[in-house]
Amino acid sequence: MEPIRAIESATVVLPYTDIDTDQIIPARFLTTTTKEGLGQNLFANWRFDSDGKLKQDFVLNQSNVRGSQILVAGRNFGCGSSREHAPWALLDFGFRAVISTEIADIFRNNSLKNGLLPVIVDEQTHAWLLANAGAKIRIDLETNTLSLPTGVAVKFPIEAFARFCLLQGVDEMGYLLKQNDAIVKYEQAHQ
Amino acid sequence: MSAKTLFEKIWEQHEVVPESTDTPAVLYIDLHLVHEVTSPQAFSLLRASGLKVRRLDRTLATMDHSTPTDPEEIAGRIPIRVESAARQIKELEQNCRDFGVELLGLKSDQRGIVHVIGPELGATQPGKTIVCGDSHTATHGAFGALAFGIGTTEVGHVLATQCLLQRRPKTLAINVSGKLRDGVSAKDLILAIIGKIGVSGGTGHVIEYRGSAIEALSMEERMTVCNMSIEAGARAGMVAPDETTFAYLKGRPRAPQGDAWNKAVAAWRQLRSDPGARFDREVDIDGSAIEPMITYGTHPGMVVPITGTVPRKDGDAVFKKALDYMGLQPGERMMGKPIQVVFIGSCTNARLSDLETAAKILRGRKIAQGVRALVVPGSQQIKREAEARGLDKVFKDAGAEWRESGCSMCLGMNGDLVAAGQYTVSTSNRNFEGRQGAGSRTLLASPATAAACAIHGKITDPREFA
Repeated sequence: MEPIRAIESATVVLPYTDIDTDQIIPARFLTTTTKEGLGQNLFANWRFDSDGKLKQDFVLNQSNVRGSQILVAGRNFGCGSSREHAPWALLDFGFRAVISTEIADIFRNNSLKNGLLPVIVDEQTHAWLLANAGAKIRIDLETNTLSLPTGVAVKFPIEAFARFCLLQGVDEMGYLLKQNDAIVKYEQAHQ
Repeated sequence: MSAKTLFEKIWEQHEVVPESTDTPAVLYIDLHLVHEVTSPQAFSLLRASGLKVRRLDRTLATMDHSTPTDPEEIAGRIPIRVESAARQIKELEQNCRDFGVELLGLKSDQRGIVHVIGPELGATQPGKTIVCGDSHTATHGAFGALAFGIGTTEVGHVLATQCLLQRRPKTLAINVSGKLRDGVSAKDLILAIIGKIGVSGGTGHVIEYRGSAIEALSMEERMTVCNMSIEAGARAGMVAPDETTFAYLKGRPRAPQGDAWNKAVAAWRQLRSDPGARFDREVDIDGSAIEPMITYGTHPGMVVPITGTVPRKDGDAVFKKALDYMGLQPGERMMGKPIQVVFIGSCTNARLSDLETAAKILRGRKIAQGVRALVVPGSQQIKREAEARGLDKVFKDAGAEWRESGCSMCLGMNGDLVAAGQYTVSTSNRNFEGRQGAGSRTLLASPATAAACAIHGKITDPREFA
């Protein structure tokens, strides 16, 4: 994984609450056995009509959002299933961060493990972001700060170890494998 | 020693390394259930890193999500229709062979939905930590286990190390007093709970369901309740083990036997929240006030009593979007709304008692003309038991389809789909847009309600058939 220091980008806004992982990547695309290419079907039921043609009025299909790396969504983003295909699809499409007032637990964990930054903000900041789609903002992981073009900067919470891994560009497997002695000891005591 | 919750007791027994400010806890996992959809990329990672599965004896694989339910496809008389699903099934078979993982595969008579077979085999036991790359893993919490869904990266972590890095979640007690009324099921109870606390009401928490209405539930009913904990956003849901739990597990193939059984039960009896144990939050529900429930919207929290009407939320654009998708109007009565499909199945409601409840209503009756009803048992064992009791004949005589086990139409990965625009009364767990097929309109309800709706071809109060 590439280390993440800061992400600076215009935002794309999906102002709906409770966007579930079935919307992010519908189940019919989960028969894949790799991580690649899922971005093609990101939000497939919203992006395409029943004939597979792009719906021009859907925000992600509009030309001015191309290259945006930050998705702003309504409360409780990523609820529903544990499919890691959801962050894989968002990353493959080009997103590197998701902002909401609440992000569902499993989706948040899965995102952190893949370098998609889940950013929780307060209601006021969120309301500003929803009202200012396309605003260029900066998310700085070294200082845990989200900066708006208005000059307002807010801190966001992020689990310490996940942050360390993202800043270093390392995954958690290496750390877990290094716990082998403790795991062996636990297993001997609990058999 | 301070009073502890059930969750805290299990958590602390499984800490290999406790959490610190800088690092999460290393949590030991007793049972890892694996299925075909969320494991391929994890096995690929192991292969690429030269890693082995650490504890084959704690790992059990099956296939359920993308498997066909047509007996002809299962028997191999015709090819599996969804080609990508067939490839995924083959990949799990190959991965299990390569890594030595026990697989209850397509032709196994112990195959079934992963959350149905764990308990059925007695592999699910009180006090265990259980994970699976599936959010409905909370089902196993019905036995007083700490069971939760994980992503594929974490599936890789557990395969390689039998451990997970976890921050300690908060605890939420849901106290359900009183007694469920006649004609009201565990499904109605959990839908009412989600309606009350909301679809993110449990985020960051592990729920313990407590109180007289919970204690009175059978194991199958407790599984239905715990199953949908994730629909309230919770990491896990659990019920303290009791005599009902022990009676269910006794004699099951993977449960402890003989002397080991007595020792296990003695240890399991300690797995209760101590008097005075503190939860981070508590919610009280009057179980005797709950009615049969049905969803009207596009998440499980959009739910009303079946005798109720679609709520009004003027000026709420997201609410309007959901109703537009569902083709429903604010203020509209739910009862009498025509439906086209009925699905009785899924890890929420496809156990034997669910099928018996539905069969009791359908016995000697016909489903309405133009309605398609699909009955999909939760496991091959349930299928055999149902057939031994003649339930398959009841369903078929009524005009329903009787299938092989699997997740099926809950999420339609195997091609069991609902057409765009069709209303489906479904005993499954999610009514998200497009969940049962692009454009499908899902109404979540109990097996009794689903059966009643099938007969009239419209939304029907199941108490009519009591």
